[in-house]
Amino acid sequence: MSVASVRKRKEAGLAYLLLLPALVIFGVFTFYPFLKNFKLALYQNPPYPGLPAKYVGLSQVTSVLGSSAFHQSLISTFLFVIMVVPTGLIGGLLLALAAHKEIKGMAVFRTIFSSTVVSSVAVAAVVFGTLMNPIVGLLPWLGLNVHPSILQSPTWALPAVAMIAIWQFLGLSFIIMTAGLQSLPEEVLEAARLDGAGTWTMFWRVTVPLLSPTLFFGLVIGTIYAFQSFGQIDILIGPANSAFTHTNVLLYYVYQALSIQNDPGLAAVLSIVLFAILLVVTLLQMRFLEKRVHYASN
Amino acid sequence: MPATDTVTTATPATPSAPQPRRRHRRARLVLRYLLLSIGAVIILFPLYMAIVNSLLEPSQISHQPPPLFPTHPQWHTYPTAWTTGHLAVYLRNSAIQTFIIVAGQLITSILAAYAFAFLEFPFKRTLFVVFLMTLMIPFEVTVATNLSTVSSLGWFNTFPGLTVPFLATGFGTFLLRQAFLQIPTDLKEAAQLDGYGNFRFLWSVAIPLARPAIAALGVFSFLAAWNQYLWPLLVTGNDNSIRTVQIGLKQLLNTQLDQINVSLAGTIIAIVPLIILLIIFQKQLVRSLTAGAVK
Repeated sequence: MSVASVRKRKEAGLAYLLLLPALVIFGVFTFYPFLKNFKLALYQNPPYPGLPAKYVGLSQVTSVLGSSAFHQSLISTFLFVIMVVPTGLIGGLLLALAAHKEIKGMAVFRTIFSSTVVSSVAVAAVVFGTLMNPIVGLLPWLGLNVHPSILQSPTWALPAVAMIAIWQFLGLSFIIMTAGLQSLPEEVLEAARLDGAGTWTMFWRVTVPLLSPTLFFGLVIGTIYAFQSFGQIDILIGPANSAFTHTNVLLYYVYQALSIQNDPGLAAVLSIVLFAILLVVTLLQMRFLEKRVHYASN
Repeated sequence: MPATDTVTTATPATPSAPQPRRRHRRARLVLRYLLLSIGAVIILFPLYMAIVNSLLEPSQISHQPPPLFPTHPQWHTYPTAWTTGHLAVYLRNSAIQTFIIVAGQLITSILAAYAFAFLEFPFKRTLFVVFLMTLMIPFEVTVATNLSTVSSLGWFNTFPGLTVPFLATGFGTFLLRQAFLQIPTDLKEAAQLDGYGNFRFLWSVAIPLARPAIAALGVFSFLAAWNQYLWPLLVTGNDNSIRTVQIGLKQLLNTQLDQINVSLAGTIIAIVPLIILLIIFQKQLVRSLTAGAVK
């Protein structure tokens, strides 16, 4: 064997060795459990613990997908996403526009605006949950004293947890939008200004199209963030609450199926649905993004 | 809006009317500060109220209008939260869990990124796609099986159970590979001529040059690990011994229903490490969070 080919083999061996730790983790904790969902979905859990799970084919999938609990969960999830994502993105963009100028004290404002990014879901839930607690004087004083209290109300509980998620998402949204604004090509903005574009025209006809890659990136990240939110609901609402069926978002349903109902089959079906939705959302947004980017560069 | 201000600055003020122009600009500046302050108040109000309420007596909390300043701050709520909420144990657990995950992710990502950036081997592209595919599978859809895997390994309620599933990251590998690819190939060749092996090159050239990206990944991993909620909730069961602070807060809220001030004090304690992190590492954090936002 030539020296060169020996060296090549050694290099390949080293490369596989370097990749091995990550590949083992991904294999065991990402790909295997992901694929296992498709098998688990076909097995129904035994009515009594200790018995083996029974193969039932697609009947479990169809019964879950046809159940009213699943439909309610799907509706709550989409309502939650629709409440959180656009508001969070527009709020972040407004903050970023206000902070996009080097004036005195701006560093402090930027730190404040990004600060919610470090707040965990538990912190946000406790902070807002206590403010929304009817024992606390804030809401009654503002005249927002509904019965049952906000977090017990089938109507208001979901918007209330959505508000917490929006507040938490604002920091990330602000950071993304700021980075986007800072990357806008100065020449194009300058040219538009010299052409005499007014503020409003400038914003809608120049800034927004140029910013569209950032807006879509934010949309993808925000949508994924919203689908993954459930901590607020777990901490503030929980299964015993009267508002529970109206706030049982998909991920919380998965958690419950696992830890309360002890039903891996149900959890697997729900996981596949969650994955499918996120995949479709991401692919749609990627296609759309590609088009917009072309449009912007033309 | 930024565009407006620069329009004003770009158009030179005509000598005939300098006064109104300047006053106009001042008004805009004031307006901008006003908008910024409104934004800051919206963001900070909940946290501010949390701090105020954590220092009130329980009887004052239900007052209308709510006190906006603690006139007789009850500092004892903080030691109470610390002891009744077992915060020392939970913070220690969170610190250990976070340290293991951050160190593990940095090591596995640096090694894998080095292979992808500097080495040639069969199936390189395929394996890179495999790494990227992990980004498409959210952790949430793997919890069902991971829970039984961890239990069958005897890792339920242990630090390995809490951390091992997170010791590799497709995002981190991608980020560091990009950083390594910025290093000129001449440098690798020169190092080889000087007799540097791969590990020496990695340790004394590649890692130092990619330090900004590594720092960004470190801060990002720290934030994600510290704030984890779903997995610690599932894997720590009803045992206090390895429960993290996030789950501890849920417990504190549930056990201290009549003592909102104590729950809030515990929450403030839990967020302090992250506020410090934000202030020190803001730049790195922003860099990691926007990786991919701007091409």
